[in-house]
Amino acid sequence: MPSIEQPQQRQFNPYSENGGTILAIAGADFSVIAGDTRQSEGYSIQTRYAPKVFRLTDRAVLAVNGFAADGNMFVKKVRQRLEWYRHAHAKDMPLRAIARLIQTMLYARRFFPFYVYNILGGIEEDGTGAVYSFDPVGSYEREACRAAGAAQSLVQPFLDNQIYFKNQLPAPGTSHPAHLPLSTVLSLVIDSFTSATERHIEVGDGLEIYIVFSKGSTSLQGLASVRGLQEVTTTDDGERVFVIRRELKKD
Amino acid sequence: MDHFPTNWGRPRNDAYDAYGTYPIAQRPYNGPKDAFAQGIQHTQQPIVTGTSVLALKYKDGVMLAADNLASYGSLARFKDIQRLQAIGAHTVIGAGGDMSDFQYIQAMLDELIIDEFTAQDGHTLGPAEIHEYLAQVMYARRSKMNPLWNAILVGGVKDGKRFLSFVDLLGTTYSASTLATGYGAHIALPLLRTAVEGKEDILNEEEAHKILEQSMKVLYYRDARSIDKYQVATITAEGVSISETRHLETSWSFAEGIRGYGAQTQ
Amino acid sequence: MASSIHSGPGFDFSNEIRNNFMAEKGLPLPKATSTGTTIVGCLFKDGIVLGADTRATEGPIVADKNCEKIHYITESIRCCGAGTAADTEFTTALISSNMELHALSTGRKPRVVTAMTMLKQMLFRYQGHIGAALVLGGVDATGPHLFTIHPHGSTDKLPYVTMGSGSLAAMAVFESAWRPDMDRESALTLVKSAISAGIFNDLGSGSNVDACIITASSTEMLRNVEMPNERVQKERDYKFRRGTTAWAKESVRDLVVSETVQWVGGEAMDTT
Repeated sequence: MPSIEQPQQRQFNPYSENGGTILAIAGADFSVIAGDTRQSEGYSIQTRYAPKVFRLTDRAVLAVNGFAADGNMFVKKVRQRLEWYRHAHAKDMPLRAIARLIQTMLYARRFFPFYVYNILGGIEEDGTGAVYSFDPVGSYEREACRAAGAAQSLVQPFLDNQIYFKNQLPAPGTSHPAHLPLSTVLSLVIDSFTSATERHIEVGDGLEIYIVFSKGSTSLQGLASVRGLQEVTTTDDGERVFVIRRELKKD
Repeated sequence: MDHFPTNWGRPRNDAYDAYGTYPIAQRPYNGPKDAFAQGIQHTQQPIVTGTSVLALKYKDGVMLAADNLASYGSLARFKDIQRLQAIGAHTVIGAGGDMSDFQYIQAMLDELIIDEFTAQDGHTLGPAEIHEYLAQVMYARRSKMNPLWNAILVGGVKDGKRFLSFVDLLGTTYSASTLATGYGAHIALPLLRTAVEGKEDILNEEEAHKILEQSMKVLYYRDARSIDKYQVATITAEGVSISETRHLETSWSFAEGIRGYGAQTQ
Repeated sequence: MASSIHSGPGFDFSNEIRNNFMAEKGLPLPKATSTGTTIVGCLFKDGIVLGADTRATEGPIVADKNCEKIHYITESIRCCGAGTAADTEFTTALISSNMELHALSTGRKPRVVTAMTMLKQMLFRYQGHIGAALVLGGVDATGPHLFTIHPHGSTDKLPYVTMGSGSLAAMAVFESAWRPDMDRESALTLVKSAISAGIFNDLGSGSNVDACIITASSTEMLRNVEMPNERVQKERDYKFRRGTTAWAKESVRDLVVSETVQWVGGEAMDTT
């Protein structure tokens, strides 16, 4: 019961939580960044198609998850900074610089944070696939794979087991591969999302998978047989970006 | 007499009244005072409120519907207000939530349209631009902890492209082929989705009207802050039109023959 | 030494104060499985159709993808449950049991109002602490009846009802398409689309549609009458090579007991 002694005040809550899950895996010369497309609030589906993964440059893709308004605003501001960089230096910002930029942009709002979990995927200047993951106030590290968002607790253990081979002994006389081939990575991404859709109510509707290839990547051949593929490369510098769109269950 | 219902001993429930259609009034307070409490005080609560807005895409454009009620808490205070507003030549916005904030937004957007007109640069603002502008304003206000307490649908047609998007007091945005605000998102949207999804390029104006009328009727049956008078806005390549107020024909005889709520038979 | 402790009539809820205090101090009660749920019922020409989705949730996690929410009360009375899963299961089981005893003692087929009254009186006694939101339907000597029962014990009697987190979506379907005196087929179709509205628009509801058609002559439980959300085939199979799991030490113990028997006197017994 609200008391009558104190003047009634209803604090406005500037945050909301819009569900969904994102995930990225780095290969030897490619990087895969994926997210579902459901946007929800409480028990309601706001829309079945709201992208959470964004192409920043031809070598960087950013996935944002958490409070959608903050996410969209943050992507907008990162893009603006990248454009300024392009005007100043006549080239796209390198991936590791984008990662550091994102850190400072997040920490700049330390006391009114962007309620967003970011995963940055792409190709480093040395041509290797990379994934950077961030917390909402800017702590970050480079990793081989990362899941974030509503179903992080379901997907990350699966990735630890299948990518890092945690709790798996290699067959005698062999060792675990350092990097998985593209076809395996894509299968793991799709299976992660179909499984998260089964067991998490906020995950579903659609799946968008971005793939970034380094210059002259041999992994490109693996794409020939992929269903629902679209190229979204804008320059002919060498790095190439593709997107795969799939349906997920809608219940 | 205390005219504020919340002082009559009923607590409000945020779970079912997110837009605060039930006003909390301040009672005189005689306790110790905080000298700095009056410093900066934003973040009111909505007072005079509108309920749902519905919208859908159809073959020739976009259609929106909203009823004509502005409530003062549970009081049906103003029964002939308009909650749909044309902005420029290609766009209509429809708002739920606080009506004074909505009128402020209307004034702001009208000014924007005039500014654009006086530029005489051969450009006009379409629905996408108006939505983007509105989203930035709403997000900026939420970031100042002084929100415009509305949920707004922006619909329109420009350059042969249909546009329909949502923005609310938090600055949250999203698009779909059919949208609804407030209670409409829970009650009308399931009906709209089954009627519209996959048929956006097939439905004609008459069918779109029928779908909206049926949804408004269901809302009137179940949303206690709604009224049986509503308007429809139609935006096509030809332009914008907002209808006269229409009346919903409803029937309340569904439970004839049922007696009581339990074991009663008479 | 007269007792100075006054104990009023009815239940004692003083433990609730203790529980709230503990929760406030950071010792929350265990979270119960809830049936996020869309449940519905509707009257038609010959009786009642009940419907339910089959998703059970624990917060945002799907606990059971195909649970049964239409519970047995008597042969011609069934009850859909929303809210705390354990509460709906135990209340309906208890009332079902009492209804059977009531039938045995009166020698008559029990009525829907009897079940309704037993349920509401029980829930009222518990002052809402039993989180059961029910849709009760059935056919008896006085005809078809349909009720909703709220956790605090209030009831409604209506020709079409919905409950649970998907109740608004399902009610929208009823409000736009329910007609008096529908036939069996169209009533079932309506219930199926009401549940589907919940399944696809409410995150608390999902998976399959269950329905139950009750008429004066028969009760038909249509388990999984529609399955619009079958799990898709996985891209990979996740079989692990034998020897994948590491072990720190090995200890093998023989579970077969072997013993040697020594004869201590005379010859062995002739057992031929």
